[in-house]
Amino acid sequence: MSDTTKQTAAAVAPEQTSSSEEREVLLKVEGLKKHFPIKKGILQRQVAAVKAVDGIDFEVRKGETLGVVGESGCGKSTMGRVITRLQDPTGGSIHFEGQDITRLNSAGMRPLRRDIQMIFQDPYGSLNPRHTIGSIVSAPFRLQGVEPEGGVKKEVQRLLELVGLSPEHFNRYPHEFSGGQRQRIGIARALALKPKLVVADEPVSALDVSIQAQVVNLMDDLQTELGLTYVIIAHDLSVVRHVSDRVAVMYLGKIVELADSTKLYESPMHPYTKALMSAVPVPDPKRRGTKSERILLKGDVPSPISPPSGCRFHTRCWKATEICRTTEPQLIELRPGQQVACHHPENFADQAPQDTVLLSAAKEAVELVGEAVLEKSAETVAAAEAEEAAAEAPVADAEAPVASEGTPDETPEAESGDQESTPK
Amino acid sequence: MTDLSKTGAAVGEPVNAPSDAPNAFLEVRDLKVHFPTDDGLVKSVDGLSFSLEKGKTLSIVGESGSGKSVTSLAIMGLHRLGPRGKNVQMSGEIWLDGQELVNASPDDVRKLRGQQMSMIFQDPLSAMHPYYKIGDQIVEAYRVHHDVSKKVARKRAIEMLDRVGIPEPAKRVDGYPHEFSGGMRQRAMIAMALVNNPELLIADEPTTALDVTVQAQILDLIRDLQKEFGSAVVLITHDLGVVAEIADDVLVMYGGRCVERGPVDEIFETPQHPYTWGLLGSMPRIDRETSDRLIPVKGQPPSLINVPSGCAFHPRCPYADIPKGDVTRTVRPELELVPGGHWSACHLPAADRTRIWTEEIAPKL
Repeated sequence: MSDTTKQTAAAVAPEQTSSSEEREVLLKVEGLKKHFPIKKGILQRQVAAVKAVDGIDFEVRKGETLGVVGESGCGKSTMGRVITRLQDPTGGSIHFEGQDITRLNSAGMRPLRRDIQMIFQDPYGSLNPRHTIGSIVSAPFRLQGVEPEGGVKKEVQRLLELVGLSPEHFNRYPHEFSGGQRQRIGIARALALKPKLVVADEPVSALDVSIQAQVVNLMDDLQTELGLTYVIIAHDLSVVRHVSDRVAVMYLGKIVELADSTKLYESPMHPYTKALMSAVPVPDPKRRGTKSERILLKGDVPSPISPPSGCRFHTRCWKATEICRTTEPQLIELRPGQQVACHHPENFADQAPQDTVLLSAAKEAVELVGEAVLEKSAETVAAAEAEEAAAEAPVADAEAPVASEGTPDETPEAESGDQESTPK
Repeated sequence: MTDLSKTGAAVGEPVNAPSDAPNAFLEVRDLKVHFPTDDGLVKSVDGLSFSLEKGKTLSIVGESGSGKSVTSLAIMGLHRLGPRGKNVQMSGEIWLDGQELVNASPDDVRKLRGQQMSMIFQDPLSAMHPYYKIGDQIVEAYRVHHDVSKKVARKRAIEMLDRVGIPEPAKRVDGYPHEFSGGMRQRAMIAMALVNNPELLIADEPTTALDVTVQAQILDLIRDLQKEFGSAVVLITHDLGVVAEIADDVLVMYGGRCVERGPVDEIFETPQHPYTWGLLGSMPRIDRETSDRLIPVKGQPPSLINVPSGCAFHPRCPYADIPKGDVTRTVRPELELVPGGHWSACHLPAADRTRIWTEEIAPKL
């Protein structure tokens, strides 16, 4: 466990830079909000708002792939549309290459459209059926008034070859292509002007597995070849793990965890991340018996019109305590390269160890948390706390006893959770 | 759990001709479903045989256009409906609990549909009528097959909604489909499908449109209900993760035919068909480190109007040149029993298959 040393280092100096952070920041998003008003009555007064994106901060660095995952309705697609300025943000700021693009009007955005492109989910809906492939892929050149070397047609044919289509497809129409081929056309169009940032919203979810793999590999190759930066929004956690350098997990308009891909998948810290990952079916029938690893969340995501107070996940979290209901956890870097917004993170020292456990409601929301999960989580938390206490002792004497006291506190919590979990 | 899958009830021998009633609960023999179109004859299903026992789950996997859904609609007898129903060319036999369905009269099939066999669709929003209350739709499904009053049927509907885990069923029974979330709608549809305690449940991509967390809930629900009612389940999906989670047996379809089938452990541990390898290789896995590239199946799925000659998979198969001569291009491979005890339709010699799988494919997965 080389993590141990890193972890202690993080406790001392959380601002320490890791290798990926040395890269230049391409896109910086701060406190981004997008609310959709709900209007009622003759006067169309605003009665409420759907808080699709409600205050998120992140950075995208040059050459990396940031994956964004979450359940439907968590605001990940809205986030994608707002950072590409297809929709106007309600609040917060977006900086692209240091330039504030939050309030730019469409004329001001136009030169930037060259650098920020989008790939859409639906390969059927995102291509105009009345235009030929040639005219679709050459549209960016026309709109931006760019005359590529050797002429537009030649460039378009080169792009078609780049994405694995034949140059002869120039005069064909979208309906003549299969889903995978259409997605390639969408990619060719997005790459036409050599963008710096490509935002892909569910680029492969409409495709068959075998075709999905072709497109994933293609995007991978293009990134190496052209030095692209991707923001890939997807609900499939396996795909996101495969393509991403860093992953942001969203829940109800907030980022709950933002971490390096390997760290996130190997030791998730937010309970929601953990639940989400445990729900992914693993293609290995031998692991079917190991149901105790599964955390089954009951019910649906609460409404983004009136999200729960405090931590938004507390209504479905098996670790929820009083503080979760009252205080919203901030997204803090607990380990280098792993930011989490949680009072009681997994695989780490409890941030509010002595808090009263929230009874009934939250516990009922989780149908099944395997005993193994709880035991393991209690163990890792205790271990992490002990380590942290040891590391912090010389630095801050006052904090050490608090952390070590947290250990016995953890046990009753785990036990009460055990009673709720009904073995099936 | 494991001994259930070992007995492998769905993996009977491929049956060719005899037409006496079989022992299995559901038996499909040499099923062909062809659709004449202006462009030619679309051979969606072209000679498919399998059988399934009560209490077992068979998963049918394959790409879009491989004939999975057409198979399920054929079992339900849904192709005969609609204005174009008369054009469909169906042959072969489908036996459900001793009754033959392909040549049965539409009225007989209608009596079975919903009662003895029922279906869950991928998209509950389009499978339910937007204009009628959820409860009324379930009541209708129940009253078609049971001579009971509306009041009794409504009680039954509430009971079913409760059983599939919809909170406040007595209140939600009067809700409309659009008032339900995706997962809840899928539950309501399962309630509707199960209201008559069918012995055969066909689920066509039941979780494809759902989030993983909801998917896990629905799969658990299907599994529990199967245990409770002892029904046979045919689960159609393209997600091998779901297959590994829930199936006893697996049938892999390609170009309207079965290319491999057997118990789930076998298919995942010693798959014998290059297409199955392709499916396993194209899948990003959440439980593995990401370093390697995916190994996609090259090319596109075949057109069902011009299915490639010989082995339908040969244009996409990286190993098509290994068998001597042009047997892969001219002769259609039949299902053969392979070492390990499942069925595979491939011209590759068994020794080569084992070598390629153990040396080339398995280490990369």
